[in-house]
Amino acid sequence: MSEVEETIKRIQSHKGVSGIIIVNADGIPIRTTLDNSTTVQYSGLIHQLAAKAKSTVRDLDPQNDLTFLRIRSKKHEIMVAPDNEYLLIVIQNPNAV
Amino acid sequence: MSDTEGKEVSDKEKEHSEEKEMDTAKSPKPRKTPPSSGKSSPKKPGSAKSGTMTPKSPAGSRGRATPKSKGKREEIKMETPAPEEEEDATLPDHCEPIFLSSKTQTIFSCVCDSDVTKENRFKIIPKAAILEDLHNRAGVCDFHPIKNKIIEYPGEEFLLVYDRDFKFGQNFYICFSEETKEKLLHPPKKEGEVVEGEGGVPGEEAEDTTVYKYVPPQSKEWVSHGSEKEIKEESVVEMRRRLKVSVRRKRKLFGAPCKFTDRNVGDAKDGYVECTSYKDKTFDLQKIELDKGIQAIPWFMDSGTQTEWKYPRNANTQYYPREFSQHEQQEILKKKQTGTFMDGVCPRFQLALQQNEIMDVFFNDWLNLGEADNTFGSKADNHLKEYQSFADLQFSKEKKITDIQWHPTIKGIVAVSVAEKLTFDERIDNASKVIMTPSLILIWSFTDPINPQLFLEAPDDIHSFQFCPSNPNIIAGGCQNGQLVLWDISAHADRLKQPRGGNRNKRATVLPGFEDPNALKTPIVRYCAVSSIENSHHAPITDIMWLPDHVEINRMGVPQENKGFESCQIFTCATDNCILVWDTRPTKGPQQQQQGAKPKDKDGTKNPIGVPDTFKHLDLTWKPMLKVHLHKSEPGGDHAPTKFSIAEKQGDRGALSKATDGGVPDKEASVTGGYFQSGKPGSGREKRTLQTVKTHFFVGTEDGEVVYVDWMPQKDQDTGKIQTPKPDFYHTMHDGPIMTVQRSPFFMDILLVVGGWNFTIWKEAVVIDKNNPSSAESLKTLNVAENDALKSGPILQSAPNPIRMTSGFWSPSRPGVFYISKVDGSVDVWDLLDKTHEPSITQSVSPSAITKIYPHAVSHKQHLLAVGDSSGTLHILEIPWSLRLPAPNEVTGVANYFEREVKRRGFVVQRWDFREHEKRELEAEAKKKAGIAPNVLLTDEEIEYRLKLEYQAYMEAEGNFLRELGITKEEEPLPQT
Repeated sequence: MSEVEETIKRIQSHKGVSGIIIVNADGIPIRTTLDNSTTVQYSGLIHQLAAKAKSTVRDLDPQNDLTFLRIRSKKHEIMVAPDNEYLLIVIQNPNAV
Repeated sequence: MSDTEGKEVSDKEKEHSEEKEMDTAKSPKPRKTPPSSGKSSPKKPGSAKSGTMTPKSPAGSRGRATPKSKGKREEIKMETPAPEEEEDATLPDHCEPIFLSSKTQTIFSCVCDSDVTKENRFKIIPKAAILEDLHNRAGVCDFHPIKNKIIEYPGEEFLLVYDRDFKFGQNFYICFSEETKEKLLHPPKKEGEVVEGEGGVPGEEAEDTTVYKYVPPQSKEWVSHGSEKEIKEESVVEMRRRLKVSVRRKRKLFGAPCKFTDRNVGDAKDGYVECTSYKDKTFDLQKIELDKGIQAIPWFMDSGTQTEWKYPRNANTQYYPREFSQHEQQEILKKKQTGTFMDGVCPRFQLALQQNEIMDVFFNDWLNLGEADNTFGSKADNHLKEYQSFADLQFSKEKKITDIQWHPTIKGIVAVSVAEKLTFDERIDNASKVIMTPSLILIWSFTDPINPQLFLEAPDDIHSFQFCPSNPNIIAGGCQNGQLVLWDISAHADRLKQPRGGNRNKRATVLPGFEDPNALKTPIVRYCAVSSIENSHHAPITDIMWLPDHVEINRMGVPQENKGFESCQIFTCATDNCILVWDTRPTKGPQQQQQGAKPKDKDGTKNPIGVPDTFKHLDLTWKPMLKVHLHKSEPGGDHAPTKFSIAEKQGDRGALSKATDGGVPDKEASVTGGYFQSGKPGSGREKRTLQTVKTHFFVGTEDGEVVYVDWMPQKDQDTGKIQTPKPDFYHTMHDGPIMTVQRSPFFMDILLVVGGWNFTIWKEAVVIDKNNPSSAESLKTLNVAENDALKSGPILQSAPNPIRMTSGFWSPSRPGVFYISKVDGSVDVWDLLDKTHEPSITQSVSPSAITKIYPHAVSHKQHLLAVGDSSGTLHILEIPWSLRLPAPNEVTGVANYFEREVKRRGFVVQRWDFREHEKRELEAEAKKKAGIAPNVLLTDEEIEYRLKLEYQAYMEAEGNFLRELGITKEEEPLPQT
């Protein structure tokens, strides 16, 4: 099993994790644990949001950078970790915890 | 003196003007002078002087008349107009007029007005040419008359002059002398003339006398050039009367001698008037200098135009997300970069995920505060308040209320069925009275607490009834005698909808003295169908229920889709061990017969007044389509049902989505209107089977049993008959007839059963229908232990209450609350989340026993509880908000509670097995202690040996007994085994 798979499995083992998506810099999903339509929607929208958040942080302080983005909603929490090359999205349902 | 001077001036002017006139008239004048006169003067070769002087003649005469210096000026004036004209006046010397014909003109190229014109009148013609022409044309030649002169002419060339105006009688004249020719071609200069003229004045006068000839001036027509206006202005016209001055003198002074004396001018003051100059102030104004600049600039104008930019724009776009193929994904995932990224990012996620796992930081405590006030026992008002009560003196007094139903759509309408308070024996005794009094369902409106809005008449006392869920104008009721009755109140629906009792309004429109005595009366609606008495129940119908509108069942009890979404099937149960299923749609055979017979019926016997024929086809012939007979598992009678409850709910269409196709859908049945008449019951071939609809249902019996049975008939293994299978289980938990079996509106599988002195709550076991494949899913969630637990009994059983319970009902809004009515006229409110060992509230409502309760949510803010008692009064109570509003997460709380109870049951069952086992062990122990049981376990042989010993001992004892009686001999040996 590859490194990536191992990491995914490790994250998946946490309670309430309902989905993990790896997205490349262009917002194209590479690896997902969700169904296709959900993945496409999440990757497209979250990718944009993360880019915006990243630019906001950069604009505020050029030496700063976004490392982690947590979106708390009624139903779940969406966690995003952006990087130069990739974007990791994890969806967790905290109520299920 | 001055007078004469002025005269002179005027004379001069006059002269001048005369001269002018002369000038203007001059041009025509010379023509009249005879050519001979002109001819005479220029004949002298040196007469350039005289030639020029000739035209001066008139001026000369004038000059003579007024010999003044002005004459010179006038001469110049006269000279300028036309010097040539003077020449024309007379034919020059040595010239001869000649007429040249057009042919001659062409020959000599001197065509009039083309080669020669007025201005260019001269033409030189060689003498030879003329001679040649004379020679050629001879007498025809125009030069022929002057042939001699031409031949005599000394020069080589002739000068031909064009005489356009025929001054000399012909169109040309020809010169015969070189001098004249020279003079004509080169006329002398004008200045030279003038100088010569001046110079030669004395000589001139002498010559003039000879030439001068007086020509009287001719007056011409006067032409106005505006001078008359000037003249008019100049002339003096008398505008006013003349002043008259009379000068008088004393008479004695006339002719008196004058005395003149000398005196000094300086002394006389009256001699003169001096007007000295002075500075006039009026003209003392100083000019003010003013700088003023004017500049002409072009007009400026601002204007603008804008054109709309029409550019191609996308009206629609369709896109699809970019995706990597499987292979590409693998490639990227294999990259080292990806791995490092994941490693780097993973800890952050783990941190966040763990945080969430530890606690919910966003939990809102405020929302969960103040919950304490909502629970019972606090100061908040939590009592049922009397809202209204209904009692009809004639029809409901001294009767008991058997059933209550709220109108499903119209607010504030509640229907109540009443029955005589008689036991079976009393009923038989008072049969005549019972038959005479009508059996009614009363429909009350909140607007009128005195008079019911409507009476529904029934053949016998109604014990249970229900509004049709899809059409609230249809009501089905179950009679005391086992018949099923149907009413159609469509005609009176308006009456129920009216805010005020309809009967009151009528009074105003009716004339006095003509009031209809029935106008104020509440209308009585007769039933429109009643079931065939032979095929009906043989005991009072205790419970009735319309099947939800999306389901229908066929003759084999298989639930199917109802395409029309109109409820048309009714379940009824009575204590004759049967549950019957009825269909309001006509059966195929009888209906056709009936339809054939219908027209005749209409001609002859009509329906009783006011009875709609909605169910005409059913009246008195109605048979149940399915009979569920409740056999007991073991011999000893059958179950006598009083109440039942099926799983399917009205309005819950979930079952439809999971339906499987049973064949081609029967369009006709659903499309053709009048569902009561159309459609065939039980013809299940076209309709989809609803797999998820449970055919198992709970039945409460007269003996206090709760029976769980499948209504679908199965082939009995013993008899081979198709009949209702034996119940899956039944439990006797109640010590009286079951009065209520009701499912919770929040949990489909939770039932409240009320009967006798206690109530129980059951959870339906999904796992039991093994035939139903769709329940396989739920099978996983329930393990076998739980399943046993579900079979084992209720999940909650109340302690027996000192007072018998008569009815129960779940709260429509709170999942954990239900109401229980009791015979002492009180209502218990139970809240499962508050306490389960005693009711949360007990409230006395009525002095007599309560027979039925029915809570109803009228609106979001008003929930009413209808309570019917055994004295015929219907109490409407208002439910306090604490019982109305569910606590947050109440559903989950109650669900958890039920889950815990299920587990407890599982534990109980487990303990039962355990106790059973333990009991056996204990018994064995006791036996062992008493010495009966051996310490060690024996083998079979040993047991056999022991049995033999026992048998021998028995035989010995028998022998002794017989011996004592003397039946056998003393010493007779016993048979050996």
